[in-house]
Amino acid sequence: MIDVAVVGAGPAGLAAARSAAESGAAVTIIDENVQPGGQIWRGGAAECKSWLHEKVRLVHGARVFDAHLGFIAIECADGKVEELEYRSLILATGARERFLPFPGWTLPNVMGAGGLQALAKGALPIAEKKVVVAGSGPLLLAVGSYLREHGAEVRLVAEQAGRSSLLRFGLALTRSPNKARQAARLRASLRGIPYQTGCWPLAAHGSEKLESVTLRRGSRTWTEPCDYLACGFGLVPNTELAALLGCRIEEGVAVDEHQRTSVPGVYSAGEATGIGGLDLSLIEGEIAGFAAAGREEDARRRFADRDSHRRFANALEKAFALRSELQKLPQDSTMICRCEDVTWGRVRACQSWREAKLQTRCGMGPCQGRVCGAALEFLLGSKAESVRPPVFPVRIGSLVRYRADEKETATDGHR
Amino acid sequence: MPDTVTITVNGAGIGVPAGAMVSTAVAMAGIAMFRRSVTGEPRGPLCGMGICFECRVSINGQAHQRSCQIPCEPGMEVRTDD
Amino acid sequence: MRVYDVAIAGGGIVGAACAAECAAAGLKVVVVEAGVAGGGATAAGMGHLVVMDDSPAQLALTAYSCRLWAELRPALPAEVEYATCGTIWLAADEKEMAEVRRKKCVYEAAGVPTEILGLQELAEAEPSLRPDLAGGLLMASDAVIYPPCAARYLLDRARAQGASVLSGFAADLTNDGIRLRDGSFLAAGFKVDATGAWAQGAPGLEIRKRKGHLVITDRYPGYVRHQLVELGYLKSAHSSTGDSVAFNVQPRKTGQVLIGSSRQYGAEDASVEQPILQRMLQRAVEYMPGLANLSAIRAWTGFRAATPDKLPLIGPAPGRQRLYLATGHEGLGITTSLATAKLLVDQFLGRTPAIPIEPYLPSRHRA
Repeated sequence: MIDVAVVGAGPAGLAAARSAAESGAAVTIIDENVQPGGQIWRGGAAECKSWLHEKVRLVHGARVFDAHLGFIAIECADGKVEELEYRSLILATGARERFLPFPGWTLPNVMGAGGLQALAKGALPIAEKKVVVAGSGPLLLAVGSYLREHGAEVRLVAEQAGRSSLLRFGLALTRSPNKARQAARLRASLRGIPYQTGCWPLAAHGSEKLESVTLRRGSRTWTEPCDYLACGFGLVPNTELAALLGCRIEEGVAVDEHQRTSVPGVYSAGEATGIGGLDLSLIEGEIAGFAAAGREEDARRRFADRDSHRRFANALEKAFALRSELQKLPQDSTMICRCEDVTWGRVRACQSWREAKLQTRCGMGPCQGRVCGAALEFLLGSKAESVRPPVFPVRIGSLVRYRADEKETATDGHR
Repeated sequence: MPDTVTITVNGAGIGVPAGAMVSTAVAMAGIAMFRRSVTGEPRGPLCGMGICFECRVSINGQAHQRSCQIPCEPGMEVRTDD
Repeated sequence: MRVYDVAIAGGGIVGAACAAECAAAGLKVVVVEAGVAGGGATAAGMGHLVVMDDSPAQLALTAYSCRLWAELRPALPAEVEYATCGTIWLAADEKEMAEVRRKKCVYEAAGVPTEILGLQELAEAEPSLRPDLAGGLLMASDAVIYPPCAARYLLDRARAQGASVLSGFAADLTNDGIRLRDGSFLAAGFKVDATGAWAQGAPGLEIRKRKGHLVITDRYPGYVRHQLVELGYLKSAHSSTGDSVAFNVQPRKTGQVLIGSSRQYGAEDASVEQPILQRMLQRAVEYMPGLANLSAIRAWTGFRAATPDKLPLIGPAPGRQRLYLATGHEGLGITTSLATAKLLVDQFLGRTPAIPIEPYLPSRHRA
């Protein structure tokens, strides 16, 4: 029996596992990637070593596809299905990028900003490739910096937030010398690369793959030839497992001061509870780990730090709020649902998200609405519907093996 | 552990750094289109983290494998859509 | 105040078909749907158009309705995805092959063409089936459609001929019409309950909810070519107690494989229940081993409206003033929606129905 099961081996998950293990709990982390680190420490970065406690059991390459009170179901890389019973569960499921549709966004080599970085961390060759980084958020700076460091020719970083929003944010930074230093370092690493505020992509062009992108800044529009467009408009918490368990969801998974969700025995920490950055994720993880292991005193000691990081995160969110012009980017012929090839024109002709789903099958593909859902929430204000298992596509064979030993009393067809 | 791993992409051999994802191998083979969408549009990886399903290829005969999540193993046979 | 000839509660495939038929007959009709039109069992089910011989009355109704669907086909938009893939009823052993031969006679007597497939022919028709089945019965004219778009088409047709459609309004049928939960009232001469699993039923013919699970895979074009059903499906549909599963897969035009079927009484909530899902999928893999390797992208549930004698209720509700029932279709709602609409409007207008109507009348039960 696992005392504390942690879903996700990103910073929040690792921190939670460490705190729980230090408190004497038997801890298992389940993570879908080959190595721990989540997105920000992808590929098992050096930081992981200090945060991965030696007594923590890490099950990597495994996806949680169903969750109940008391156990979770995972599909492992080798196809096996395991049911893991737990006493406490910590959901550190992180976040994904928000992709907003615009003409040409489905062309090969148009990727997320974090997306291109993740692929590059998986050895995708980017040296000497022309890259335009666009969208919104501090992630764009980190991505631009990483790409440049690995030999890419970063043409510019286009941030949709306006200069005045960012200046206000700059003021917030002065209250936090640590973060100001981080920001300055990041800015310095991008010296020579134009950072254009109030700037966003209007369209991507190319016949079989990306060749150029048209950008707008104020009254000026121009076209930039490029090999890759790394474009993401902020982050969206991964709340599906929490929703499946019945946890209340607000901006992310709703949690109390001990990182407890509305479901007893289930905690959440990190970006899944709301986008807040690395430092906040680590602290929230620590608090959740202590709390799940019954060490409320230790948890409370981290509250003050968490509050200050939360304030910073809120300021960040305000600064990078998405502007309304982005709602006008998709044309009627622009794809909204990439899985089912449903255009914006067909979706917006429907009276509701549910009607659009039924009539066009938008959101019914393998991504289960993760890509189009976030876009439609921004474009239409529609909220996601209830979640059903499997929370990720799984092999039919896995569903056959899952709870295969349950005894039933009724007859089956004929035997 | 060897520094490079050799797999085939659409029948052609390609060597990638050990630990590289299948998506890397496909890109290194000069292929931008990993799959065709349901109406025939060319598509490639978008999210890099296994949630968008745009990077799907066939690996060792098994369809719909997310190439950005799967590390290359020696002798793997990868096929993209034509 | 507007007075309608007909007020229909329920905008699923049956309500939509009734609305279209009423409007075509020149009746002033309003449809009131509590949620999204076509969003109930219509959206959850398999969308098959099958001629089913479970009883002579069922055979007559499904055959009639399938003819109507075939006639409607040229008018249907592409999104309805009408595909004449046919059905193969599978025989696992010689005993079931005898049943197959018996079925063939029944269908032939009713003028429905079928073909017996031996071991070899079955393997050629469906290479992914396990090779040690005995054979099957091919019903080549059976088809598959995408029901939410079909319901939408029928409602659009009704609207084009003057019908009113109100979506997102919960309502109750009264003696004189239909009262919306917001208080407003629509007077109507005839009232029709087409609310499926939530319908009232008739004395001795109560409607019971019968939950079903389904799973759909990613796209594997050509993996399954026909709708495939095990003969035990009828036993499963037949039972009036307990939970059961039966092998039933269907190819969608998208190349996705839709997998069913399961039946449960007494389950009130729509959550996916792994124990019965597991049994259903295990049954499926027994018939089609390669299914285990396919990617399941979604699972969901729906509620069929089941009657004790397996036949729908189409006609006046006993003891209720001008209230008609168009419900109780169990797993044949999509198939029999068009015939239901015809038989209903036949009764409104005193037209001679194309098939005898007595087996479907709600007054048929005599204590």
